Amino acid sequence: MDVVAKSIIRVKGLSKKFEEVQAVDSVDFSICEGELFGFLGPNGAGKTTTINMLTGLARPDKGSIRIQGIDCSANPKAAQHLMGIVPDESNLYPELTGYENLAFCGALYGMKRQSRESRARQLLEQFGLADAANRKFARYSKGMKRKLTIAAGIVHSPPILFLDEPTTGIDVASARQIRQLIYDLNAGGTTIFLTTHYIEEAERLCRRIAFIVSGKIVRTDTTDNLMRLTEGRHIVQFALSKDIEGLASAMEKEFPGIKCRELIGATVRIESGKPIFIGPFVKFMEDRGAEVSEARKIRPSLEDVFVEITGIEAHAMKGEKEKGDNSK
Amino acid sequence: MKSNTAFWSILLKDTRSYYLKPPNISWGIIFPLAWTGMFFMRSGQGLDSIPGLLPGVVAISVLFGTTSLLSVTITFEKKGRSFERLLLAPISLELLMLAKTTGAIIFGIVNAFVPVIMAAFFTDLSGVNWITLIPAIVLIAISSTFLGLFVAVSVSEVFEAQTFSNFIRFPMLFLCGLFFPIEQLPVFLKPLSYIMPLTYGADILHFSFQRAGHMPLAFNFFMLIAFCTILFQMSLRNIRRNWIL
Ligand SMILES: Nc1ncnc2c1ncn2[C@@H]1O[C@H](COP(=O)(O)OP(=O)(O)O)[C@@H](O)[C@H]1O
Ligand SMILES: [Mg+2]
Repeated sequence: MDVVAKSIIRVKGLSKKFEEVQAVDSVDFSICEGELFGFLGPNGAGKTTTINMLTGLARPDKGSIRIQGIDCSANPKAAQHLMGIVPDESNLYPELTGYENLAFCGALYGMKRQSRESRARQLLEQFGLADAANRKFARYSKGMKRKLTIAAGIVHSPPILFLDEPTTGIDVASARQIRQLIYDLNAGGTTIFLTTHYIEEAERLCRRIAFIVSGKIVRTDTTDNLMRLTEGRHIVQFALSKDIEGLASAMEKEFPGIKCRELIGATVRIESGKPIFIGPFVKFMEDRGAEVSEARKIRPSLEDVFVEITGIEAHAMKGEKEKGDNSK
Repeated sequence: MKSNTAFWSILLKDTRSYYLKPPNISWGIIFPLAWTGMFFMRSGQGLDSIPGLLPGVVAISVLFGTTSLLSVTITFEKKGRSFERLLLAPISLELLMLAKTTGAIIFGIVNAFVPVIMAAFFTDLSGVNWITLIPAIVLIAISSTFLGLFVAVSVSEVFEAQTFSNFIRFPMLFLCGLFFPIEQLPVFLKPLSYIMPLTYGADILHFSFQRAGHMPLAFNFFMLIAFCTILFQMSLRNIRRNWIL
């Protein structure tokens, strides 16, 4: 099968600079029809800017964008009817009810009254918001707002859906529901472009992932292939009674062939291509004045791959200050 | 047509959310009434003077009716990011901005008739030339809406939109020949008069109410239409340049 023929989004050499910041730097990727593709990167990596360029809210400095064969770099409006867009902040109308918001969004895409009204009711039902259908959007909780914003993005049943950090800043239960909804949508055939800074979310949802850092894609691969990189790798994590200055480099020098990282909270992680016997390590650390209270074998995850490839510590991603939901 | 559905829905939503809100309706009626009453009383010339005052009062009503809510329907929605939804919809920017301004234009036209209807109770309006008056009111409403639009898309904060539109609205009242002829203005202010669309609209209003226009009618209409076109195009250009990053 010809891969090119199947790809619904093709991006080449996409770049965008804001004053001094190179927000997106020569980005290439293509997304196949029906795929769930993830952009994983820390805050400020250029995820939103990329979505904005693909959807027509920002003008690329360079590069080409083709969506279902339509050249969007020349005319950003040309493919907008194919897209559903869920922004990182809920931007529906606070003074309208949930139902009115959905019906209005349907109308923006040219849906006739009957079909948009029945679609709105069906989506409210599907997203568990039927009880809040006639409540003003301003009164919704954050999780409900996000769900309605996703519903608004798919009211016209677009073949392509852009989701910008769909679970950032909302409670765990709503986030889980939203992930399920995204999964179901994709299973129903919608091509999804999702950005996230949650490594686990990308690992669980996406079939293919691009790691993006400082505007550059450092790696694109299927989640399966990325996870394969963790095969044959052994990780043990030690909890210590206190931090030890320069422990990681001292250990790497003492035990050639291992990789050692100090994590937050007096925790040390050791990685090796061979099984790890903890005795010598515990002794080494105890000799330096720290009690070892726990040694735990860790199943390698995408997080480890991400750290290895990008050089960004995972907690730097998780520790991001959550952006609040600014909609009124 | 699919874009028609979008156009009407945007217009309907703005009408419901903004123009038909009780405070705005009452503002739209009370404000012209207050101006009318004030000028009729101040003039102290009896009811005969009403046709002479109507151009000014009608123009004020249109000017304030059209521009007062644009800072909300445009600047506020831009700041709240709901405007992005409209920019992402598969309709042309031209049609989108027409949908966003038609509400203001209609609101301004309705406001214009408040003083006219009120005057009809006190004086004989049979001498009014409706054939020129109605198109003039429509064009004044469109041009002042687009002036307000231009301000609204050139700033990013609601208070800036309001401040700037006052900065334009109030001088217009004095510079456009509504209450005293432009000839009486100091020489250095006259050029300002002629770069304001309302000057040409006011001239048609004077003609329509009292046969007292100074410039040829066709020229006035031409200038109004030219201002509408230029202001709309400049607004679109600003949106494309500043809002689509
Ligand atoms: N409108 C803008 N003006 C100036 N800089 C911007 C603008 N939008 C984004 N940036 C910068 O571009 C970079 C990428 O931002 P963004 O695409 O929002 O990242 P992400 O969505 O991955 O968090 C950041 O450094 C950000 O500060
Ligand atoms: Mg972002």
